Amino acid sequence: MTERAGAQDDWNDLMMRIRDDRDMAAFADVFRHYGPRVKGFLMKSGAGSALAEELTQDVMATVWHKANQFDPERAGVATWIFTIARNRRIDALRKSRRPEPEDLPWGPEPEPDQADAISLQQETRRLGAALAALPKAQRDLIERAYFGDLSHSEIAAETGLPLGTIKSRLRLALEKLRHKMS
Amino acid sequence: MTITHHLSEPLVMAYAAGTLPEAFSLVVATHISLCDECRARLGAHEALGGAILDAVLDAKDAAAPASLAPDSLAATIARIKAMDRTPPTPPRPPRTGLFPAPLRDYAGDGPEAVKWRRVGGGVRQAILPTGRGATVRLLHIPAGSSVPDHGHRGTELTLVLQGAFRDDSARFGPGDLEIADQSVEHTPVAEAGPDCICLAATDAPLRFNALLPRIAQRFLRI
Repeated sequence: MTERAGAQDDWNDLMMRIRDDRDMAAFADVFRHYGPRVKGFLMKSGAGSALAEELTQDVMATVWHKANQFDPERAGVATWIFTIARNRRIDALRKSRRPEPEDLPWGPEPEPDQADAISLQQETRRLGAALAALPKAQRDLIERAYFGDLSHSEIAAETGLPLGTIKSRLRLALEKLRHKMS
Repeated sequence: MTITHHLSEPLVMAYAAGTLPEAFSLVVATHISLCDECRARLGAHEALGGAILDAVLDAKDAAAPASLAPDSLAATIARIKAMDRTPPTPPRPPRTGLFPAPLRDYAGDGPEAVKWRRVGGGVRQAILPTGRGATVRLLHIPAGSSVPDHGHRGTELTLVLQGAFRDDSARFGPGDLEIADQSVEHTPVAEAGPDCICLAATDAPLRFNALLPRIAQRFLRI
């Protein structure tokens, strides 16, 4: 399979085929791209290789089963899979519940608006590009905040930097991302 | 509902990343249920999590992919077939009482379903069961009453569900979230009008200034 990273519209298309046509070939493509990423995410969170493999299979099976909840106007494929993997991690590794916000009262729109989905894809692409353009140290801090399953004070303990420094650097990195997006 | 006091950036980020203790997550999820602005901010932070997952990175990066077992796809498809027979979980029914869905999962539809305990001065509370790292409780403060003067060792999040309270710095109405760290010493007072009902989480015991509440604290578990 060819590397298609960054081609968000392709992943959206494949996910729609999983959702609407229950297309197993499309699922295999999504699996090959996101499976290793989900496993890397879980291992960074402290899961050993065997447990991370087990949980990854579980997360990807959930992607198939909950495909009817995928709404490209609300979140791109990567974001949606990230939230599933994050919730599985909290459940399995932290052994804790995650209270989720109430669903929006209006629910999924009967007629999907193609323009919303496309503009969300464009935003997502720009976010990816902005993230890649950050200086390594700042990008690293953001990645740790999302991938390490570490609180900001745990990052402080791990890096030896004071908590205030971690917080201000994270804030700087986010401001820079925002600036690149606007 | 006009909300003027919102989640801080580190709170939204930590909730999106899934690193908050359960008690704090409950307060954040309840605020987001009431606040479209913070819901949108959560969406942006989750998109950042997705962008990190999607990025092509070198092996030294924190977010580098890991290679799967050789039979991973086949094993996943077998899992899918085995799971096909399990019925889907039904969606949560719409809100009927004061409490938004995440809080309802812990405390019932509204204040009338809560097992309140008196803690003095007309104030009542109910501690909700959550995992370690922080505690969360519902507070019922009669209109015009105050919560005993206290400071904090850690962070305290207080979300107003009904009524309003004022402290030295500001007024907090329905949906508003007060974030108090250890530098804050305050005496919140409930406004006239409906009684004030709040959801409050803390990651360290509160530090009361007067002797009596300090003794009471041991029994109140706050």
